[in-house]
Amino acid sequence: MPQQKVITDESAGVITRVEELAYELKIEEAMTRDPNVVNPRMQMKEVLELFRDKQISGAPVVSSGKLVGIISIEDLIRALRDLGRRELSASVADYMTREIITVNSYDSIIEALKLFSKTRVGRLPVINEAGQLVGIITKGDITRGLMDALQHDYQAEEVRRYRASHLFQDIISDRTSLILRYRIKQGDFVHGGAASSNIKRALLRLGADPQIARRCGIAIYEAEINLIIHTTNGGEVRVEIEPHQILMETRDDGPGIEDVELAMKPGYSTATAEIRELGFGAGMGLYNIRNCVDEMQLESTPAKGTRLVMVPGNDSKEWELSRATTPGQGTRLTMKIYLHPQKTTEKNHQQKENAP
Amino acid sequence: MRLSEVIDLTNAHFFLPNPTETPDPSFLKLELLVGGSADLMSDVLCFNLSRGLLLTGLINPQSVRTAEMADVAALLIVRGKTPPPETVRIAWEVGIPIVGTEMTMFEACGRLYGAGLPAAERTNGE
Repeated sequence: MPQQKVITDESAGVITRVEELAYELKIEEAMTRDPNVVNPRMQMKEVLELFRDKQISGAPVVSSGKLVGIISIEDLIRALRDLGRRELSASVADYMTREIITVNSYDSIIEALKLFSKTRVGRLPVINEAGQLVGIITKGDITRGLMDALQHDYQAEEVRRYRASHLFQDIISDRTSLILRYRIKQGDFVHGGAASSNIKRALLRLGADPQIARRCGIAIYEAEINLIIHTTNGGEVRVEIEPHQILMETRDDGPGIEDVELAMKPGYSTATAEIRELGFGAGMGLYNIRNCVDEMQLESTPAKGTRLVMVPGNDSKEWELSRATTPGQGTRLTMKIYLHPQKTTEKNHQQKENAP
Repeated sequence: MRLSEVIDLTNAHFFLPNPTETPDPSFLKLELLVGGSADLMSDVLCFNLSRGLLLTGLINPQSVRTAEMADVAALLIVRGKTPPPETVRIAWEVGIPIVGTEMTMFEACGRLYGAGLPAAERTNGE
């Protein structure tokens, strides 16, 4: 089956699924296999019988296992015009098209569509890697193939969304929550952000508002990247989703943050030159997180043990700062986003829709 | 501003996972609401780039991941850099078209802004 594409909330409205499918669906998935074939010595009246019997409008012409031409209903009409209805004894070889345009079974549907619009032929013989005729494809086959795939696809995503969004309603408990965990490796920039990408998609599937999903995505992405850059052994990302709030947490086992207050300052960074080369270390990470979430808590224990609790109020921008000793070495970052009621100040202003 | 106009104004070309393929024409019609530029990824996340164009000189896969998190609609790589295949693959996988121009960041931004692409607003430190 065609591979499931990732649908981001914004892109979904822009590219139609049919357009995507034209690239994903292979010709062999939509073509008619083992088509009716004719040989060059057959008479045109036999072709007429075949077309009428099988309700087809064209067929490949094969001679000793080799594709030599294609015969269509248009060729039949030409033969009728030339000879009159009673005299259809001319051979296929006299009327068939010898310049055959073929497509490969392993190509995407889009290749066939391009050929249809370029050449105005009605059907294309399909050949495999070995050059053997394996099928025939018409515009009708493509439409049918796309429709089937689309329906399958749509149902699959709908079922996923439905299942996910009803999770909290279907399961009855005093307090239901869904926990997602991801292990993040130190220095793994190649996969960096993959966990955040999955979290954001999960939230959208669960029916989260796209702006909420975006805020969570940004916050958890910054936190994930911090684990990759700054930890000794990587760490864990944990997201707990409840109907009324989303709690995101990262933990690691060292080395911890020397000065938490300083780390919170926009522009302050301890990243090395190499890290900056990679595009990180702007010193905006924790600051960005704080701007995306409703509640943030940072606990870090190098030698002395510092705990930073930040509770941004609705009207005040003051951060509450406290010191306490926490056991163990390392850093723990907790981020919270409330879903109901939406008492937070809307940080992500609405885009103007009237851009040029 | 449509992606096709961005491509015309900056003389840009598509980066594709398979260079022999042509991109889906619907990408050209992609409507971009705002533009923003940065080479440091956390700086990107400081502005609201929802359905916008991100101009960057950063070509590692993180540029795409960051764009994805920020709901960026399209990526324009500046200074003639060629992103590694992994970056291009992830970009198309998450549905963010990626194009490149020979122009410097300054010139590309100037042309697009001058032609009417609005600047993305900062979301932080209001």
